[in-house]
Amino acid sequence: MNPQVIVALVKRYSFLYIRNPVRGFELIFWPAMELLLWGFLTMYIQKETTGDFSTFIRFLIGATIFWDVLFRAQMGVSISFLEDMWTRNLLNVFVAPIRIKEYLAAMFCMGVLRVSIVVIVMSVIAWLLYAFNLYAFSWTLIPFFIMLMTFGFSLGIISVSLILRWGQAAESLAWAVPFMIQPFSAVFYSVDILPKVMQTVAWCFPSTYIFEGMRELVKTGTMNWNAIWMSALLNLVYLAFAAGIFIWMFTKARKLGLLTKIATQ
Amino acid sequence: MKSAALEAKSLTKSFGDTLAVNELTLAINKGEILGLLGANGAGKSTTMQMMLGLIKPSSGSIEIFGQDLEKNRIPILKRMNFSSTYANLPSNLTVWQNLLVFTGLYHVKHPRQKMEEMMELFEISHLKKRVTGQLSSGESTRLNLCKAFLNDPELLLLDEPTASLDPDIADKVRTLINRLRHERNLSILYTSHNMRDIETICDRIIFLHKGGIIVEGTRDEIKQHFKEQSLEDVFIHIARDGELINTKAKPQS
Ligand SMILES: Nc1ncnc2c1ncn2[C@@H]1O[C@H](COP(=O)(O)OP(=O)(O)OP(=O)(O)O)[C@@H](O)[C@H]1O
Ligand SMILES: [Mg+2]
Repeated sequence: MNPQVIVALVKRYSFLYIRNPVRGFELIFWPAMELLLWGFLTMYIQKETTGDFSTFIRFLIGATIFWDVLFRAQMGVSISFLEDMWTRNLLNVFVAPIRIKEYLAAMFCMGVLRVSIVVIVMSVIAWLLYAFNLYAFSWTLIPFFIMLMTFGFSLGIISVSLILRWGQAAESLAWAVPFMIQPFSAVFYSVDILPKVMQTVAWCFPSTYIFEGMRELVKTGTMNWNAIWMSALLNLVYLAFAAGIFIWMFTKARKLGLLTKIATQ
Repeated sequence: MKSAALEAKSLTKSFGDTLAVNELTLAINKGEILGLLGANGAGKSTTMQMMLGLIKPSSGSIEIFGQDLEKNRIPILKRMNFSSTYANLPSNLTVWQNLLVFTGLYHVKHPRQKMEEMMELFEISHLKKRVTGQLSSGESTRLNLCKAFLNDPELLLLDEPTASLDPDIADKVRTLINRLRHERNLSILYTSHNMRDIETICDRIIFLHKGGIIVEGTRDEIKQHFKEQSLEDVFIHIARDGELINTKAKPQS
């Protein structure tokens, strides 16, 4: 891998945000709105009902932020690719001496950048409005976030593969990919709420272990390392699966002459 | 003959039922500008895209700088470049930002110096702060060419590079490409529908029809062969009666 190539690609994607402040706004707009919605909803529930909801609020706000880590990592990967597709630049990128792994590495970097910005903004909002301190999780955030981001990257690569193969028709599917796993990942509720069949599916996603682990930590104060290890293991499987799909679709696209078609459409 | 920058042997590509390129064998010699002519759909772009590794040939082989393209794509791509009117640079970056990114992608040693030099050459220095999407089509064509020269390529594939240039700029660009070719012993594969382009800068011409070579030679040989006054007449002749022409009759220089 050549770092010069990765830096150049990262520059290419970040110039967009430096040049155009509206894009920076878009980056934080949705996370902020989500947080406002879920935060006020829980405050309302607490006001209207008796009982102690303080941990419940922390579940929901924590879950909202954690979910965005996964989602923005996926977006970082797929939006970078779409950006090249929309501006008809893919052809120039594909004929430059870039290895696939360098291209993917650059997309990962963009994912990390996106996630960092979103997490910082959301943590500030959560602290100001709901006195929710994300950093009370302290170092446990690191394994949690790494697992969620890795899963987000895998989903991003799968989305890009779909677009490579089916072009613009698959674009909306690419947006939908993370939301297909959201109900199963038990983001806002615990897994045992799900019907049995769905529970089995749920435990196949690395994200489920993280959301469960997060709730356990908030409730009992103990970190469930088994959950982290299970998540890591599944992440490896998904990463390998995603890379396989990508290479398969890329090869297919080269055979069918799709690279130039999606690049110039 | 080992002085070829590129050698393609029995190159064939079919997309389902469409035979886009058919048993194409050609070589681009070092320092030579080879023109690829043919009607719409003759297989020019497909041929070029196979030479860039964007499309996998159904059969046949491509050697560039004496190496097999399938196996050595990255080292080969470092030494070549491509420009076309249908491949744009990102419209939402400035001219300068775009070139800077590509100096990185092509591992250019002194990027800023190189960029200044190339922008000067293609007369777009005054546009460097402009957003690429706002350039006129002629200006963005020159920017694309600028990008194509950033890595001092030894082999250049140009797919209709002058399609949107006005006659004055087109003439300047041709003169410039020709000069750079002599200075750097550059090999170029050039497609165009502009016969003026082909006549003035191509050393040798290949006419494609339905993916196969129908005739190859210098422009004078080709004109003589078809007993036509101009390449344009030859083009029309081939486009309309392609099937009737004996493909074996290839004048060789
Ligand atoms: N990805 C693809 N899938 C299916 N058919 C294709 C594909 N790419 C090209 N073709 C077909 O292959 C043939 C050759 O196309 P190509 O683009 O190489 O022609 P060309 O000589 O560059 O034409 P033009 O002068 O119009 O640019 C055409 O019939 C085209 O429809
Ligand atoms: Mg073409």
